[in-house]
Amino acid sequence: VSVPPNGVVPPRTASDTYQPAHSHLQAVLQRGRFAVTAEIGPPRGANIAPIRRKARLLRDWVDAANVTDSQSAVVRMPSWAGCLVTMQEGVEPVMQLQCRDRNRIALQSDLLGAAALNIPNVLLLTGDHPRFGDHPDAKPVFDLDSIQLIWTARTMREQRKLLSGRDLKPAPDWFIGAVENPFAPPLKWRAERLGKKVAAGAQFFQTQFVYDIPIFASWMQQVRDLGLDRRCFILAGVGPVKSLRALEHMRREVPGMYVPDEVVRRLRGVPEDRVPSEGLKLCSEIIMQVKEIGGVSGVHVMAFGWEDAIPEILAAAGLAPRQTTLESAMRSS
Amino acid sequence: VVFTQRALETFVARQECTTARCGGTLYLGMPAVAPTTDSARPFPPRTSARAMNALHRVLDRNPVWYAASIALMKTPPLYRAFTFVERAVKKQLFGCRMCGQCALPVTAYACPMTCPKQLRNGPCGGVGPDGSCEVYPSMRCVWLMAYERADQEDRLGDLRRLQRPIDQRKWGQSSWVNYWLGEDEGLWTTSDETNAAPPMLSASQPGGRTT
Repeated sequence: VSVPPNGVVPPRTASDTYQPAHSHLQAVLQRGRFAVTAEIGPPRGANIAPIRRKARLLRDWVDAANVTDSQSAVVRMPSWAGCLVTMQEGVEPVMQLQCRDRNRIALQSDLLGAAALNIPNVLLLTGDHPRFGDHPDAKPVFDLDSIQLIWTARTMREQRKLLSGRDLKPAPDWFIGAVENPFAPPLKWRAERLGKKVAAGAQFFQTQFVYDIPIFASWMQQVRDLGLDRRCFILAGVGPVKSLRALEHMRREVPGMYVPDEVVRRLRGVPEDRVPSEGLKLCSEIIMQVKEIGGVSGVHVMAFGWEDAIPEILAAAGLAPRQTTLESAMRSS
Repeated sequence: VVFTQRALETFVARQECTTARCGGTLYLGMPAVAPTTDSARPFPPRTSARAMNALHRVLDRNPVWYAASIALMKTPPLYRAFTFVERAVKKQLFGCRMCGQCALPVTAYACPMTCPKQLRNGPCGGVGPDGSCEVYPSMRCVWLMAYERADQEDRLGDLRRLQRPIDQRKWGQSSWVNYWLGEDEGLWTTSDETNAAPPMLSASQPGGRTT
């Protein structure tokens, strides 16, 4: 795609009239192929080059890429803007949308914008509390919670109505995603919570970082016992540890992170300069292990500020570059 | 600016319009309310779920409570006094913040509005391995308390219900009166809907639950 110097071009799939989005990610999952998604963090600054670079890097390796929405309550470029850039680079985006910064008016408005720009996937979350971010003095909104937002999206798509009851013409269409943390108490209820999100309308899930395979496997067992693996697609969240400092940060500062002691011992057991390569190896091993667990439909790789490592991790885990990029999928459809 | 009698009348009329139950069955003037500005913090309930379930049977909707609610609505000073007592009692027992649309009967009487993220549908993913609140790590997650209390009473099915978005105009109102008047109907899904894909807006009402 030729991009003018100012970077302002319409998204490559845009047309004058709105067409329901066709999610390549959904197609991959429905065909039963092991799906791969990854995360792109937009920059703090008015520059799309970093997103462009990360998208190009991931293009041949992922089925879709999430663009985060001011994650950890730190101000960044919005997800929708990042999604347009990844689409220009031929990577299908997943637009993240959280309830921390928006009331129900803004949430529905952003969802409509995503559909109108043919962003085919949305990932709907509650969001981290502003207390952890760069603006702890901000007013947290939390007008809806994640389940209510998922339910709202399904209402807009299927009942063709806003929460006000007003009709939507045309009704939007997206593949609706959500998140779950199998490692947060109450562990026995986490599969039920996934079930609530499925009942509300979530079609695919990306989980919190998996470092503890036994807990994850027992959660998946509960998910299968409830029959939920047949009603949604579950992508296990994975990510590499870059340094011992990053490890400590994850354990102490990141809400909902659970790193078991044996992983800590393993990373501390190697010389300081070999921690990154051990981290990559560990991540690939985890991918291979979760792939064997029944009901797991794919992996979601989160490597904050270390996106360059993603192809290496996937290759080591035996996940070949994706044959069908967005471009070829569009040619064939 | 000269504050004329006319301006005062306009001002009063506008106040009434914003605080009246617009669209509902009653158009009585209500005390002016705003969302509480006290910050939500997890609150361990000071009473057992079992006792409260028993009390709920006494306070369940019936014609007597309905008539009492109408009487309260017609007499604003009485309504304010009643609301004051409700606030005092529920603040002591549940850390109530007066959202005006009580979810306690289906959360094992642990108040979800004391969750810093105002989650009505269960705990967030940030609960610490030790059960601590993501936002206030020295406190225990209120939804974890709800889960344990519901488990004890064998009422985990209650937590499976989908909770609809709340009406932010109802902050400061008496949730008991709202409940007895039937305004809370449809606030959460029924237990037989929980496994299907329940509609958020009811088909009969184009505007859904909103009042």
